[in-house]
Amino acid sequence: MSTFFIIAVLILLFVVIFQIAKASEYVAILKGEEKSRKQNNKINGFLMIAFLVLGLVGVYYCHEILGGRVLHESASKEGEKVDEMLHITLAVTGIVFIITQILLFWFAYKYQESDKRKVFFFPHNNTMEVVWTVVPAIVLSILVVIGLRNWFIFTGDAPKDALIVEVTGKQFGWIFRYPGKDNQFGKKYFRNIDPSNNNLGLIWADNKELNQKADPATFDDIVADNTMYVIKNRPVKLIIGSRDVIHDVGLPHFRLKMDAVPGIPTTLWFTPKFTTAEMKEKTGNSNFQYEIACDQVCGAGHYSMKGVIEVVEEDEYYAWIAKQKPYYYGAFPEKDPSATPPAPGGAPSSSPDSAAKVTTASVTPMSSGNQNSKLK
Amino acid sequence: MSNEQIVHTGTSHGTIHGADDHGHGAHHHHETFITKYIFSQDHKMIAKQFLITGMTWAVLGGLMSVLFRIQLAYPDQNFPILETLLGHWAKGGHITAEAYYALVTIHGTVMVFFVLTAGLSGTFSNFLIPLQVGARDMASPFMNMLSYWFFFTSALIMLSSLFVETGPFSGGWTAYPPLSALGSASPGSKTGMDLWLISMALFVVSQLLGGLNYIATILNMRTKGMSMTRLPLTIWAFFFTAVLGVLSFPVLLSGFILLIFDRNFGTSFYLSDIFVNGIGALPNEGGSPILYQHLFWFLGHPEVYIIILPGMGMVSEILSTNSRKPIFGYMAMIGSLFAIAILSFLVWAHHMFVSGLNPFLGSFFVLLTLLIAVPSAIKVFNWLTTLWRGNIRFTPAMLYSIGFVSMFISGGLTGIWLGNSALDIHLHDTYFIIAHFHLVMGVAGIFGMYAGIYHWYPKMFGRYMNNTLAYIHFWVTFAGAYLIFWPMHYEGLAGMPRRYYDYTNWESFKMFAGLNVFISIVAIIVFAVQLLFLFNFFYSMYKGRKVASQNPWGSTTLEWTTPINPGHGNWVGEIPEVHRWAYDYGKDGKDFIAQTTPVGAGETVNH
Repeated sequence: MSTFFIIAVLILLFVVIFQIAKASEYVAILKGEEKSRKQNNKINGFLMIAFLVLGLVGVYYCHEILGGRVLHESASKEGEKVDEMLHITLAVTGIVFIITQILLFWFAYKYQESDKRKVFFFPHNNTMEVVWTVVPAIVLSILVVIGLRNWFIFTGDAPKDALIVEVTGKQFGWIFRYPGKDNQFGKKYFRNIDPSNNNLGLIWADNKELNQKADPATFDDIVADNTMYVIKNRPVKLIIGSRDVIHDVGLPHFRLKMDAVPGIPTTLWFTPKFTTAEMKEKTGNSNFQYEIACDQVCGAGHYSMKGVIEVVEEDEYYAWIAKQKPYYYGAFPEKDPSATPPAPGGAPSSSPDSAAKVTTASVTPMSSGNQNSKLK
Repeated sequence: MSNEQIVHTGTSHGTIHGADDHGHGAHHHHETFITKYIFSQDHKMIAKQFLITGMTWAVLGGLMSVLFRIQLAYPDQNFPILETLLGHWAKGGHITAEAYYALVTIHGTVMVFFVLTAGLSGTFSNFLIPLQVGARDMASPFMNMLSYWFFFTSALIMLSSLFVETGPFSGGWTAYPPLSALGSASPGSKTGMDLWLISMALFVVSQLLGGLNYIATILNMRTKGMSMTRLPLTIWAFFFTAVLGVLSFPVLLSGFILLIFDRNFGTSFYLSDIFVNGIGALPNEGGSPILYQHLFWFLGHPEVYIIILPGMGMVSEILSTNSRKPIFGYMAMIGSLFAIAILSFLVWAHHMFVSGLNPFLGSFFVLLTLLIAVPSAIKVFNWLTTLWRGNIRFTPAMLYSIGFVSMFISGGLTGIWLGNSALDIHLHDTYFIIAHFHLVMGVAGIFGMYAGIYHWYPKMFGRYMNNTLAYIHFWVTFAGAYLIFWPMHYEGLAGMPRRYYDYTNWESFKMFAGLNVFISIVAIIVFAVQLLFLFNFFYSMYKGRKVASQNPWGSTTLEWTTPINPGHGNWVGEIPEVHRWAYDYGKDGKDFIAQTTPVGAGETVNH
């Protein structure tokens, strides 16, 4: 009922506007078209300057309301560089924006039609044109230099001590893999994927048909869904892939993102600055999470493709990783040496959330020697 | 054709020369309804066909945006009317995720291709090229007619895809594989995608037929005295637009053909290492989804200039005419159009900075992308200088032209952010992008189109549109466009991803729920005001104030030397000869001097 009411009101409004418009045309004819055109010109000239003033006030007001919701401090060291660049670019483009918009509307207002004015025949001026070609070119070159310096840092090699995590996107969720005790990712092949117990297709067994041999490096790899654990102040390198369509690891708090492309691994590294707990305090939001948002449309569930990054202190991390069982034992419980009572059939990744709260002293530092994990 | 007059007014002295083209168009024989209105070979009628088809799609595309904005504003409410409209796509009055993605995808596709490419450059290239260069019609009127009918068929197929059982394509207008290649990954990638691809392939054919025709006409069919540097900037803009289209659309088609092969014939151009839930591992290996992105954006980037260049050309013309002052830096305007056209082929990979592109390769694209801001800046400064010390008449077309410049500045400046890969790595695929390209390409493009419609409406239909409705239309649309897209920059800075059906479960983005409601309400109001424009357009066609003089805007260009309602062939007698450039406004104390006026003794000549 209310829908029809709204539609009826809208139609009525249209009719009213139309009648006014028609009447104004008759008035114009009565008054003389030239006169009414000049009157309209004055109104529109005034609206130009009004729009400029209200617009600039609006820009300021919008920033007052929304500015606070976006510019939290970057949660990664690399993100600080992004923020710094944002501010430089905002300053440069902001100045140009304000000057050009003011000139545009001010000229429109000031030079509105007047019988007294004689227009200035001004077809070109080489000096002016050279100036506004060269100055933007120089300013833009500076921005390019700043940008590329950061770009090569972001896309360059991760520091040697970086923690390495493999991230795999699928419709619609994230799978994380850690290299395990040997600090080496075992080989995988997509034809081995079995959603029930081998969702990355790790090569656990010989297979003549696929011409592959079991890779012992896979046996201790740890696989987890949904939540990824990383260490505060320690760089983390993500090796990103996809199982089906293109996804994107979007990390708004860390100011970075990278596509997950089937068949073509990509990488991304960053250094988290604050633990999740610290961020909860900083933002005053007890539900705060570092969310991984899929940023590349990937199907009907795209909007729900969320992952979580828990940034924890070093000891918490090692406590958590020590509790993780290699994925291999989930598929082959009988091979699990610690499984005197048979391991429950679930995946070892079932309870990472509760693990975060456990803070034991049983630290198992990873050998920091060989970081050159092999892919495939 | 009683109201046609021979070309003679106080300001244009069309000298009689030669006896060629004798009265060719003035007495076109025995036109039936079908040859006049449907399979017409008159460029002016074809232009109107493009325009009205484009407007139809603009309404549909706009309506789609209203529907998905309703979902974004009220993700947890039900609107029974939606179920009435959309059936099982909105069960219980709540749009499904699949339908949402289909709406977003088709909105993007039709707005970019059908409205802002065919509707904009199709309309005005067709309408203005022969009229402004002084030709009786296009180089090949028959090809021109084919161009429209290929577009029409393409649009019909796109429309039919809305009604297939599995729904229209829903993987975004860029149609990245593997999502677009695998029916098993998304229902929209089944029949809907086949229809989408066929429709787009036909559309490419239409663009090529049209583009070749525009180029041939501009190069070969200029009237006597119309040297290239005497052309109005509109024609230069259409020329570069057509060149861009002819060089880049075939690349898109090649990308689509490979996609058709991957979808139907078991090839692996784009597919590798894929395991689809519920289906299993696919046999494809060795393909690269990135290849498609290169092929797509090799068109996709020039495409945004295909959209904006006609707007730039028409705005240059309208700003100059209504400032009663020559366009500032005519040669610089052509030079910057040329620079944009060249550079637009060298920046495509800035859409792919985070796709896994080689970072070193990416760095070249950063440099070239920011370089393209230089010719854009030149254009803006030249427009501003054109207004300076003019004598401005705020016709509706002029208002839209000023709006165009404002939008182009606002949206263009954020391009400097996004073109810098180290910032793009944060802003890519967020609402910042949506704000950027809607302002600089969507709104500016449509403003260029409105400016063109209001300015050349008297030439098209021999009547004026209602000014009061036009003013309301402009001010509400102008303010509304800023209110919709300006706050989106903030959502983007917070990293809010685009193409999300629902943000309520995201701790990082749900604080924008109130803002999304605001944006949606403004979007609905702006959409309603576009209906006002539509009403004005069709009403004025029959009831609008009649044009009384041949040259209502006091313009210098050739189209205003034709009769008020020109027949097929445009000029009744000889095609007038051109003696000067198109921008002699305010020269030597005269309000304007038409291009057809011979240069007087002792007069300084600019071109």
